Amino acid sequence: MNMLIFLIPIALFLGALGLFAFLWSLKSGQYEDLDGAAWRILEEDSRDQI
Amino acid sequence: MSCCAPGTEVTTTRLLPSSEELILSSRLLGPGLRQTELSVPQVHCGTCITAIETSLRALPAVERARVNLSTKRVSIIWKEILGSETTDPVSLVKAITDTTGYDTHLFSDGEDSGHKLQRELIRAVALSGFAAANIMLLSVSVWSGADASTRDMFHWISAMIAAPALIYGGRFFYRSAWHALRRGRTNMDVPIALAITLSYAVSVWETIHHGQHAWFDATVSLLFFLLIGRTLDHVMRDRARSAISGLARLSPRGATVIGKDGSRDYRTVEDIAPGERVAIAMGERIPVDGVVESGASDMDVSIVNGESAPRAVKTGDALQAGMLSLTGSLVLVATASARDSFLSEIIALMEAAEGGRARYRRIADRAAQIYSPAVHLLALLAFLGWGFLGGDWKQAMLIAIAVLIITCPCALGLAVPVVQVVAAGRLFKNGIMVKDGSAMERLAEIDTVAFDKTGTITLGKPRLVNLGSVKSDHLAIAGGLAAHSRHPLSKTLSDMASESVQAFDEVVEIPGQGLEGRTVEAVYRLGNRRFACGNNRADTTAASSMLEVILSCDGREVACFLFEDELRPDARTSIEALAAQGISSGILSGDREGPVSSLASRLGIARWAAELTPKAKADFCISLAEQGRKVLMVGDGLNDAPALAAAHVSIAPASAADIGRQAADFVFMHESLEAVPLAINVSRQAGKLIRQNFALAIGYNVIAVPIALTGYATPLIAAIAMSTSSIIVIANALRLNRAGRPTRHVTMKERRERQTGEARLA
Repeated sequence: MNMLIFLIPIALFLGALGLFAFLWSLKSGQYEDLDGAAWRILEEDSRDQI
Repeated sequence: MSCCAPGTEVTTTRLLPSSEELILSSRLLGPGLRQTELSVPQVHCGTCITAIETSLRALPAVERARVNLSTKRVSIIWKEILGSETTDPVSLVKAITDTTGYDTHLFSDGEDSGHKLQRELIRAVALSGFAAANIMLLSVSVWSGADASTRDMFHWISAMIAAPALIYGGRFFYRSAWHALRRGRTNMDVPIALAITLSYAVSVWETIHHGQHAWFDATVSLLFFLLIGRTLDHVMRDRARSAISGLARLSPRGATVIGKDGSRDYRTVEDIAPGERVAIAMGERIPVDGVVESGASDMDVSIVNGESAPRAVKTGDALQAGMLSLTGSLVLVATASARDSFLSEIIALMEAAEGGRARYRRIADRAAQIYSPAVHLLALLAFLGWGFLGGDWKQAMLIAIAVLIITCPCALGLAVPVVQVVAAGRLFKNGIMVKDGSAMERLAEIDTVAFDKTGTITLGKPRLVNLGSVKSDHLAIAGGLAAHSRHPLSKTLSDMASESVQAFDEVVEIPGQGLEGRTVEAVYRLGNRRFACGNNRADTTAASSMLEVILSCDGREVACFLFEDELRPDARTSIEALAAQGISSGILSGDREGPVSSLASRLGIARWAAELTPKAKADFCISLAEQGRKVLMVGDGLNDAPALAAAHVSIAPASAADIGRQAADFVFMHESLEAVPLAINVSRQAGKLIRQNFALAIGYNVIAVPIALTGYATPLIAAIAMSTSSIIVIANALRLNRAGRPTRHVTMKERRERQTGEARLA
């Protein structure tokens, strides 16, 4: 029973972490071009790419 | 479209957007910086991305370029002025077409505000999903029999998680419900808002009094599913768009008026009165309706009849506002003021037609109108019935809320948008863009298709058909002459002869006639037969669909070039496919009778009409609608825009005039006309799935409502019933995608075979 006092906040914290990670990735435009990202990872880096 | 590596594709003559159009549709980002969105429907792999981005970045004017493979768009940020020169945006488009050989179209869609709301909705989905998952975890331990004190604590934690989710995610429903109630009406959001608020309030009350059942999990997962439905629905929502502003942009703002004493002053179009004389320079649009007083020119009359072939005008000919003078300058006597001119008439037609379109009510809205009063009534009856018969008003309240939660249109809210999103995705993969979800509902209903001719059934660009019988040195001479003209046939000729052209010392363009070039030895003329050969032989081309251009040397005919507008690939098979589905086809054209009838007989179309004005086209669609027919209009030109807006639903090719594209509900990117039967097919399948989904959602209610009414619905049962019904509806919608995959490969293969077959026939 006493364990719950630790476990529930930990569970909620981890969930919230996932939520914020999603919101952050949404904001930084990572879902804008899912098909393109799959191809771009195969390309060689060049310095002027943004 | 075998591969996209640079240089593998032979570039043919393509219709590029004009620099005027490009500048108007670009967005000003800051001082001197503009952003242009282009649609390149054929990009499909990583090499395409690199090829396009590298070629664009090589241009000094380009600040940034990025290809989006999912939306098949290229976003370019470019500098307006580089050094001392202004940048011509056509060079950006050229860079893409030259390296890849892909078609590039202008992309303009006023979706900025919509995009913002979409993001808010996605964020709300994420938050309510997080809340639903955590509350569900706590609920599982409650259901599996936690003791009283643990249960109370879990209920309190759930209440605390649910509250922000309800406010953040529920605001969309509260707002919409409030708007409906304030106007004395009810919509789907009223029972939703009521259910989530009441169930939360009762659950808190239960928690305070150490009750056994709390509905936090049901409340929040309900919200989660509803928000998914709302987000998908928003994706398919009609974006506020209007083709009228585009049309208005075409009308010149002012023109040079010649006074009685010969003075010239520039006035706005509104200030030009009938009877005044207006000077039109080469490359200008006609500001008001009028009659040519002096001068001659070839006019681009596509706004009147949709034809790409210019019309030669001379003194005494009537002109309409919006026509473009291609080759000469004119003096015009105004016969109407700007308000009564042709262009204003078309704008008025479009306004009337767009108002009519807004009257269509979507399936989901119609369902909501029946559903929400029924749900309210049922919950009220349950409340009163249990209250009066059982006497326990608290229990009556709980049962009424259970009814509201169980009947909440979760599956119903998902039934339509999920199917439409999947269908739109399938169409997009086949190069068809859907503007809004209701268009698919309307397309599924149609029984008649009206096609425009030039640019829709045909590709709208003249092709030299007798290249084999023309000597190459004659082509070189003609190409050298044609390079001096803006006439579309001349452009085709000079493109064909691009390898070796003869240079001329002096070339004069005689508007309405042709070109004359002099060398030391001879005088060459290129133009119609009468002009080139100097005799008065009757024009033989009037009745046939071919256009002829004669090259003469000192008045003797040396070569005859025959042009014909090419049919779109699969035109015949597409019309046959439509007929097989019981849809009748017809042609509405602004062109002369001869070419229209010959095309109609070639395609096996019995019903056609020629020489129609834009108004007549729109009236035709309206009169068919009055007979109870649902018309699909397929057209591309400026002159089709009123008909596109007036028809029940409309499709335009991506090569269409900007206004045509904006007025249409669907835009197809590839050249093949097969897009039309495909779009109808997918829309009909989608319609079928939507009806199935409704049946599933109602069937679920038929089972679940009695359970709720009899008081057996516990939070556990509600959670299971709600989730399964939503998942079943989504799974059913996804069948559209799976059914589509194998057939698509077959059609691609078939199409290739058919194309080669058709080429052999031609």
